[in-house]
Amino acid sequence: MKIQVNGAWRELRAGELAGALEELGYGDSVVSTAVNGEFVARPARARTALSDGDRLEVLAPMQGG
Amino acid sequence: MLQLYQSTLRSRLLLGSARYPSPAVLSAAVRAAGVEVVTVALRREAAGERAGQGFWSLIRELNVRVLPNTAGCHSVKEAVTTAHMAREVFGTTWLKLEVIGEDDTLQPDVFGLTEAARILCAEGFEVFPYTTEDLVVAERLLAAGCRVLMPWGAPIGSGRGLNNLFALQALRAHFPAVPLIIDAGLGVPSHAAQALELGFDAVLVNTAVAQARDPVQMAAAFARAVEAGAAARAAGPIEPRDFAAPSTPVIGTAFRS
Repeated sequence: MKIQVNGAWRELRAGELAGALEELGYGDSVVSTAVNGEFVARPARARTALSDGDRLEVLAPMQGG
Repeated sequence: MLQLYQSTLRSRLLLGSARYPSPAVLSAAVRAAGVEVVTVALRREAAGERAGQGFWSLIRELNVRVLPNTAGCHSVKEAVTTAHMAREVFGTTWLKLEVIGEDDTLQPDVFGLTEAARILCAEGFEVFPYTTEDLVVAERLLAAGCRVLMPWGAPIGSGRGLNNLFALQALRAHFPAVPLIIDAGLGVPSHAAQALELGFDAVLVNTAVAQARDPVQMAAAFARAVEAGAAARAAGPIEPRDFAAPSTPVIGTAFRS
């Protein structure tokens, strides 16, 4: 399955968000996620299915003004 | 004391966390200025990069309140989604709401801003809207549920100070009870002192400190300027006048018959 992760296409085996994050190597990182522009809260990751062509955003804390 | 939503703060200087020469300099600047509120953001992070994780550890060690922003958002949808993501990561309902309308000036899109503010206030966010000095927009933001307003002094990072004094003073006079924070555009501590002298409740500064030759010293200078401005406001400044008024008593002047 091909998913766009932070703007770059990736080939993933996992069919849901929690597994995809694990597969991508985010592990225990403090990140927040959105699929196709919609926020997906941490508790909902395991039951959020991904489909071919989905756009996934993985955001982390960063310096800001 | 500064009242922002349910929080009471001693410092009237809020500091941005971007563009410092190093994380250590950011920490030292926050400590030197006695800052209690620091703005933060969310950005894409590649797996294994962990820059964000390091930054978040550093901020937590500073023991300050964080004010997450929606910088870079150009639509209501982007801003609302970013707000939800920020609330989860940073564990706060505080939000510096930015909806940018124009890239050269980074001027807020005040139409998108009021719409996003309405949605987020209804969801329980405590919204700090980055806005212009426009009085009618301010009314709409308050009607949307905002209890703090953050009008710009000048475009972000421009260092020009308070660009539209007349409108900013009108804003202050029109909303005497609303906490007003000058956000963006300040260049030197005298700009911050001026804002406080005019009755603004606080200032939010980033570039002017982070890009100074010595950010730590500049942060401390801003902190003193803000204190001086607030004290001057409380002390009641004199009104400017057009002609001289002798400060030395004229009665008993020598050589005058």
